[in-house]
Amino acid sequence: MSILYLMIPMGIIIVAGALWAFFWAVDSGQFDDLESPAWRILLDDDTKPPDQAGKAPAEDSRNPRE
Amino acid sequence: MAESGCFHCGEALTGTEPWFVQINDAGHRVCCPGCKAVAELIRESGLADYYRFRTVPTGRPGDGNAVEAPELPWKPFDRPEMLDAVSTIASDGLRTCTMLVEGVRCAACGWLIERSLEQVPGVREIRVNPSSSRARLVWDPELLPLSGALGIVSRLGYRPHPGGAGAAEAAQREQRKALRRIGVAGIGMMQVMMYAVALWVGVFQDMDPGLQQLFRWVSMLVATPVALYAAFPFYAGAWRDLRSGRPGMDVPVALAIGGAWIASSWHTVIGAGEVYFESVTMFTFFLLLGRYLELRARHRAGDTHEALARLLPDSARRRIGRGEWQTVALRELKPGDIVSVRHGETLPADGRLHQDGTRLDESMLTGESRPRVRQQGEAALAGSINLGDPFEFTVERTGPDTLVSSIGRLLDRAQSERPPIAVSADVVARWFVVGVLGAAALTWFAWNAIDPTRAFEVTLAVLVATCPCALSIATPAALTAATGFLARCGLLVTRAGAIEKLARVKRVVFDKTGTLTHGKPRITAVETYGGYEREGALGIAAALEAVSEHPIARAFMIASPVAEASDVLVIPGLGIEGIVLGRRWRLGRPDWAARLCGGKAPPSKSEDTVVALADERGVAAVFRLADQLRSGVRNQVQRITAAGLTVEIASGDAADAVAPVAAAIGVSAWQAGLTPEGKLALLRQRQVAGETVAMIGDGVNDAPVLAGADVSVALAAGTPLAQTSADMVLLGESLEPFVIAIAEARRTVRIVRQNLAWAAGYNLVALPLAAAGFITPWMAALGMSASSLLVVLNALRLSRPPRRERGAAPAALPEGAGA
Repeated sequence: MSILYLMIPMGIIIVAGALWAFFWAVDSGQFDDLESPAWRILLDDDTKPPDQAGKAPAEDSRNPRE
Repeated sequence: MAESGCFHCGEALTGTEPWFVQINDAGHRVCCPGCKAVAELIRESGLADYYRFRTVPTGRPGDGNAVEAPELPWKPFDRPEMLDAVSTIASDGLRTCTMLVEGVRCAACGWLIERSLEQVPGVREIRVNPSSSRARLVWDPELLPLSGALGIVSRLGYRPHPGGAGAAEAAQREQRKALRRIGVAGIGMMQVMMYAVALWVGVFQDMDPGLQQLFRWVSMLVATPVALYAAFPFYAGAWRDLRSGRPGMDVPVALAIGGAWIASSWHTVIGAGEVYFESVTMFTFFLLLGRYLELRARHRAGDTHEALARLLPDSARRRIGRGEWQTVALRELKPGDIVSVRHGETLPADGRLHQDGTRLDESMLTGESRPRVRQQGEAALAGSINLGDPFEFTVERTGPDTLVSSIGRLLDRAQSERPPIAVSADVVARWFVVGVLGAAALTWFAWNAIDPTRAFEVTLAVLVATCPCALSIATPAALTAATGFLARCGLLVTRAGAIEKLARVKRVVFDKTGTLTHGKPRITAVETYGGYEREGALGIAAALEAVSEHPIARAFMIASPVAEASDVLVIPGLGIEGIVLGRRWRLGRPDWAARLCGGKAPPSKSEDTVVALADERGVAAVFRLADQLRSGVRNQVQRITAAGLTVEIASGDAADAVAPVAAAIGVSAWQAGLTPEGKLALLRQRQVAGETVAMIGDGVNDAPVLAGADVSVALAAGTPLAQTSADMVLLGESLEPFVIAIAEARRTVRIVRQNLAWAAGYNLVALPLAAAGFITPWMAALGMSASSLLVVLNALRLSRPPRRERGAAPAALPEGAGA
């Protein structure tokens, strides 16, 4: 069981590291907004402005007013 | 499927609006050119995904004319002194500005603003935090003026307030601090618990004494930051309570944590006796978690003073010389300045008028919807809107000295004088605390007489076992679960006690305009004369009203102007006159409009607002305008009544406007013509009669009443000031979430009662056992944790809809269909 004399101080060091990481995360704003990052991944950044000239007239037949 | 609301803002449609946008390969109907412009802007920027992922409808963009020169009102922020006031400059020449963005409601809004600004050259970084409506912009002032960036945000339909994020930042700091404490307590708890289990097992397995001592020292090392840093708020709270002579929950908590830590540390140092580090850390962690949930709810409520600032414009036009004007930011305005206000603009400060016959809409301050005519030398108040011709006035009071700000102070007072129920909860807590302390003291003395060596241990067990942990978690856990459920339904609960009080409500008082109705007149009927088409007449009317910002003008925004009107003249109280397509037209009061052609106004029999359109040859059309009921109100009111509540209408409007609405939704109790004081008096009268009253309203004039009600609900579409004084905010256009909330509140109270009964029962059983010395502190801590867990699991039931409704939902849960 004497290995515990080594393992437990090592555990303490790891815990200290975890706490440091947690503090860093809090201070850098990782917890400020817990909702939008989940949505952000769904929202597509790469969509180019659609080519309206080619597309719009074809769809107009569905439009009840135009 | 027919769309019932505007594709962009969700506003109810009459189905005749001629505006369409083409998004994601389908045509969608929108309610006005403003919405159309914003929706097209979003599509053309390649951001149509916004509509797929937003969770609540967008706010309606201001008026259509904001689209043309969006950066204009923000120009003063480009001047160096203003720029320095709202932003900071880094060594590389980049500037950083923090701003509040009004209208940000969900993650998709934040994304939309970020993507739109990222496409602009000069913007280096933009982050929007939707939960606090705060944005951080880093930009290169060489490439882009701040007004350009702000203009883009306002073109999307949001309203930025640069430099207005002080309170939000303070809230964020507080939240981060609390999170750090939770982190320390949580990680510490896990570690110490591990060592504690080893120590407990060691008792039965003859652990090596050296190893045992190591575990104790390590436990102490980990538990010390928890006891000293993480638990600090409890010591501070206890100290505050003791100084003010009102012991709260913090006193026994601080005693238990502090005492257990000191004793355990002492036992570790001398190498004898029990240690209770695991109890210390676990206790601290659970309590901090409960506090954190409360803190988050409180921060969502917002800040009164920021909301007030949003009522006033961000800039004003100040005279700097004869005939010379300069646009300055609101905070640069000083008493003595002469300011000009155009038609439709909001007054930036209190002051005195220079000319007669100024027509002001003071509804924001008084709730009176009819415009007031003010004469030279009379006071003009910040927050009122100029409905007549442009005028000038001398500024007398600015910022915090204005009347609007004093309404804010009135509000703060009404809030602080509030809740009798919360006070009684405090009294119960105080007695409970006194009881616990008394029991602990008795145990201490008794055990000192019986067996002094065990006195401390047993006293500690009593303190931990009777700890209000499950008790203090019982309520917040249930409220948090219910709050989450209601937020998903579209009702934001901003104050912790609101749900409990809602369950007790006996009477619901509705404001009329803007609450039961949409608050904006809409065209309900068009009668044409002299061979005019409905569309043609609407087009001419829209052309005339395009320059006006009168509430009635907005009703005509549904039509597209046939041409630009020229020589437009706004005649206060009568209407608008101008030339469209070469002919002179009048739109306004029927008798006045008909005078242009020398004819007579068509007879009118209804009580609606009637507006006539006429040219020199005759009357072309008569428009009927009315403020329409929100959809489903009648059904919702019936369900509220069925739940055993009384419904009443309290309106500032005239009786002939209130009676038809009351009749339409089947409410017999209504009061008309009430001032804000009158509403408050009515409320007090009901409260004195012993009823718990919920108030639902949207305007500034409702704010004091909302603050005085037992439960207050504001509409997100209403003024921010009403929202800060409200316990709950309805996010959408419908009152439906409020009806759901009544049932959910009752369910919550039932579950809170179950939780409290369990927690109290557990404490009652544990107290004598602990006092008799049968329970060691670690057993007490374990039992307490199990009890807390049970309470939390019970509370989580609230985050799902009740079983009846789940069964009623078709197809989703076939096995529950019979339930």
